[in-house]
Amino acid sequence: MGARTNSPHRRRIEVPLTAMAIAHPPILSRCREVLAGGPTEAARRWKGPAIGCFPVYSPVEIFHAAGALPIGIFGAGGSVELTHADARFQSFVCSIAKSTLELAFQKRLEGIGGMVFHSICDVARNLASVYRRNFPDLFIDYIHFPQNPTSSGSLDYTSAELERVRRNISVWLERKITDDALRESIRAYNRSRALMRRLYQMREESPERVNSVEAYQLVRAGTLLPPQEHVELLEAALADLERRAVKRMDRIRVIVEGAFCEQPPMGLIEVIERAGCYVIDDDFVAGWRWFANDVAETGDPIRALAGAYCRQSRPSSVRHDMTRPRHEDLAKRVREKNAQAVIFAPAKFCEPALFDYVLFRRVCEREKIPHLLLEFEEKMWTFERARNEIETFAESLLFE
Amino acid sequence: MADYKGTVHEHSKRIMGAWYDTLAQAAKTGAPSAYIMITGNCVEILRAFDIAPIFPEVNALQLAIRKQSLPLILKSEEMGYSSDNCAYVKADVGYTMEGGIGKDAKIPTPNLIVCNFVGCNVYIKWFEHSAEFLKAPLFMIDVPFLREKEPSKEDITYVVAQLKELIATCEKITGKKFDIDRLREVCALSRRAEEGWARAKDLCKNRPAPFDAYFDSINMMGPINVLRGSTDAADFFDAAVQEFEADVAAKRGPLPEEKFRLVIEGPPPYPYYRSFRDLFAAWGAVAVQSTYSTVGGIWEWGYRHDPERPLESIAEHMIVHNLCNRSLLERYSQIRRYVEEWKADALVIHSIKSCRLFSAGQGDMRDYFVGERHVPTLLVESDLEDPRYYAHAQMKNRIDAFFESLEHRRIVSMSV
Ligand code: SF4
Ligand code: SF4
Repeated sequence: MGARTNSPHRRRIEVPLTAMAIAHPPILSRCREVLAGGPTEAARRWKGPAIGCFPVYSPVEIFHAAGALPIGIFGAGGSVELTHADARFQSFVCSIAKSTLELAFQKRLEGIGGMVFHSICDVARNLASVYRRNFPDLFIDYIHFPQNPTSSGSLDYTSAELERVRRNISVWLERKITDDALRESIRAYNRSRALMRRLYQMREESPERVNSVEAYQLVRAGTLLPPQEHVELLEAALADLERRAVKRMDRIRVIVEGAFCEQPPMGLIEVIERAGCYVIDDDFVAGWRWFANDVAETGDPIRALAGAYCRQSRPSSVRHDMTRPRHEDLAKRVREKNAQAVIFAPAKFCEPALFDYVLFRRVCEREKIPHLLLEFEEKMWTFERARNEIETFAESLLFE
Repeated sequence: MADYKGTVHEHSKRIMGAWYDTLAQAAKTGAPSAYIMITGNCVEILRAFDIAPIFPEVNALQLAIRKQSLPLILKSEEMGYSSDNCAYVKADVGYTMEGGIGKDAKIPTPNLIVCNFVGCNVYIKWFEHSAEFLKAPLFMIDVPFLREKEPSKEDITYVVAQLKELIATCEKITGKKFDIDRLREVCALSRRAEEGWARAKDLCKNRPAPFDAYFDSINMMGPINVLRGSTDAADFFDAAVQEFEADVAAKRGPLPEEKFRLVIEGPPPYPYYRSFRDLFAAWGAVAVQSTYSTVGGIWEWGYRHDPERPLESIAEHMIVHNLCNRSLLERYSQIRRYVEEWKADALVIHSIKSCRLFSAGQGDMRDYFVGERHVPTLLVESDLEDPRYYAHAQMKNRIDAFFESLEHRRIVSMSV
C-alpha cells in the first residue's frame, strides 16, 4: 500500500467512532449477517438460479426479471489464498480479478450458475475469457456498454445490447422474460437505489448520523439481497438513523474517489473516519447505485434501461462521456457538497482509477482542493500507515 | 550479431520518413492533422479528407527504440501517473509536456483527436488526457467488442453512424465536402496493401520463412497501419512480396539457418529490441507468425476493405478483423491456427507489464497451450516501453534453457 502527503509531521489523535457505539443493533447486525454469509449463502437463501455480477454496473433488472438473483461478486476481500489464479494472472494485475477467479477454482461460488462481466477495463474483459475456458459449465456473458453516449446511434445500440443479454439469459434459464416482469424489477431496484440516494443525502447533511462502515454495509448488503429485502433493510435502518441522538465531531468533510470496482478492506474504510474524516460521498459499490434518478417505469423497459445508461448514469472512471468530464464533475461535487478535501483510493494496479487520478489531481490543484492518495489492495491487514497519513492530512486541515 | 537489414527495411524507412516529413510540414503550415490509434483504425476517412494522421503509439515506440523513453516516463510519473500505468501513454505525455508537439516541433498540435476505441480501454484515457493537455477536440468512436461469433447488425449500424458523425466533423475542420468516390479510391488502395501483407505472411509457411514474422513484421506494420490507403503503402507491399517470393525461390531466410519455427505472442521490448532479437537468432529461431503483427488488422484470413461498401467494410474491420477487439479465447484460436498451419515448433509469449490488453491472463494461455495442445511454450516478461523492466541476464537464461530443452526433445524424438 502506498500513501502520499506533503505534510511532514505526525501526531496521533484517537477519535472514537461514536456513531458505531450507539448503532441500532437488530438492523445492522442483520446487515452484517448478510455480508458474512457472502454470495453462496445469498444464493442458498434465494433457492432459485443466481448470477454473479462482476463490477461495475450490471443490468440486474434483466436477471431479476428472469427469476435469477443478481449477486455482486467483488473478489474475495483477502479471504482466500491464491493457489490457481496467480498462475493465470501476473503480479501486475489487480487483486479483484485474481481472487474472483480463485473463488471459482476453489468452488466457492456454489449456487451461482453464471457470471457476467462488463466493458470496464482490459483485465475484466480477459477475465471473462479465462472464466469461460476454465468453467465451461457456467453461463458467461460479456456486456459492452457504450463509451460514446452522445452519438445518435448510442441508444439503439445499447437497447440492442440489452436485448441480446435478455435473449442469452432467457436461453440459459429456459424462461421468457416479459416486459411486465422487467418493469416490475425496474420498480424494485428503483426503490432500493432511491433509498441508497437518501442514505448518501443523510451522510452529506449530517455525517455524524451514520458512520462510513455502517453506510458501506447497508449498501453492500444490496449486492447480496433480493431488492425487496434490501428495501426493507434500508427503510428500517434509515428510520433508526434519523432518530439517532448524535453529536458532530471535529472532523474534515471528505469525498473518497477511486474504489468503484475492487472494494477497500473494511478496516481501511473505518480508519479513514477514525483518523478524523467524515466521508460525505464516495464511489464504493458504484455500480449498484449507478443512476442519478429513477429509471422510467413505464413504456419499453429495455429502452428505459438503455436510456438511463446513456443519460442518467453517474460519472465514472469506467464510462466516457465527453459532455461531462469526470475531473470537472469532481470539482463541482466538492463545491456543491461543501467538501474540504478528496481522498483518492484506487485499488493497486487499477488502470481506470490510476489514470483518472492524474486529471483529478490537476483539477484539485487548480481549485486548491487538498487531496491525499491512498492505494489499497485486498490483502492489506494493517492500517497503521494509512491512519498516520490520514491523521496528518486531516489535522493539517483542521488546524489551518 | 546478424545484420537484419534488407531492401524491405530500407523501403519502409523511406516511406515512413516521408510521413514524418508531412507531419513536420503540417506543424509549420497548420495543415489539418488528427490523432488516431493503430488498432483497427479508420485512417481511410482521414485520408479521404487529406487530414494528416498522427499516431502517438508510433511516436512512443520510436522513443523507446531510440532509448529516449525513460526520462519522459519519469516526467509523467511526477505528474501523478502510476508506475503501473501503460508506459506508452507516459512516454507520450512526457514528450508532449517537454514540448514535442506544436508549431515549433516535429509533430503538429492536432486539429482533432479521433479515439478509435477498439478493444484497448487505455486508449480512452490516453486520448482524454491528450485532449486535455493539447486543448484539442476529442471525437470518440465506440467500437463494440466482438463478444459473439459475429457482430450484430446493430453493432455495425452503431459504428457506421459514428463514422458518419466523424465525416461531418472532418467536413467542418477542413471546410471540404465529403467525396465518397475519394473514399472508395482510398479503400481500393488499402485493399491492395492488404493483399500484399496477407501474401507476405502466407509466404512464411515456407521453409525457411523469407522474413521473421515478428521482428521484421514491425517494418511492415508502419506501412499497413499508418500509411494504409496511400499509393506508397500499396506499392511497398507489391515490392515486398516480389522480394519475398524471390527469397522463397532461393530458399533464403533472415538467418543463415532456420532451426526453430516460432509463433510469438505479445508486443516486443522496444527499448531492447535488437538484443532481444539476438537471443532468438543465436538459436536459429525464426518467428513464422506473430499476434502483435495483427493488432492493426488480421488480413491473412481474407478480410479486405471494400470500395463498394466503404463505410460498412471500415466498420467490419474495426469490430471483427483485428486482434485487439477479439476475446482472449479468439486469440488462442488464432495462435492455434498459426502453430498448425505455419508449422511452428513452439510458442513464445512475451508478457508486457504495460499492456494488460495483451497480457492479463497469459498464464492461462500458457496453461492451455502446454496442457491441452502440447505446444512447447515459453513465457517471459518485460515491457514494450519502460526499460526498467528488462532484465537481460534473466531473459537470456530463460530463452537459452528453453531452446536447450527444445533441442534435447528433438534429438530424443529423432532417436526414437
Ligand atoms: S479493479 Fe480496476 S483494473 Fe481491476 S478489474 Fe476492476 S476496474 Fe479493472
Ligand atoms: S494498454 Fe496496450 S494496447 Fe493499450 S495503449 Fe497500452 S500498449 Fe497499447
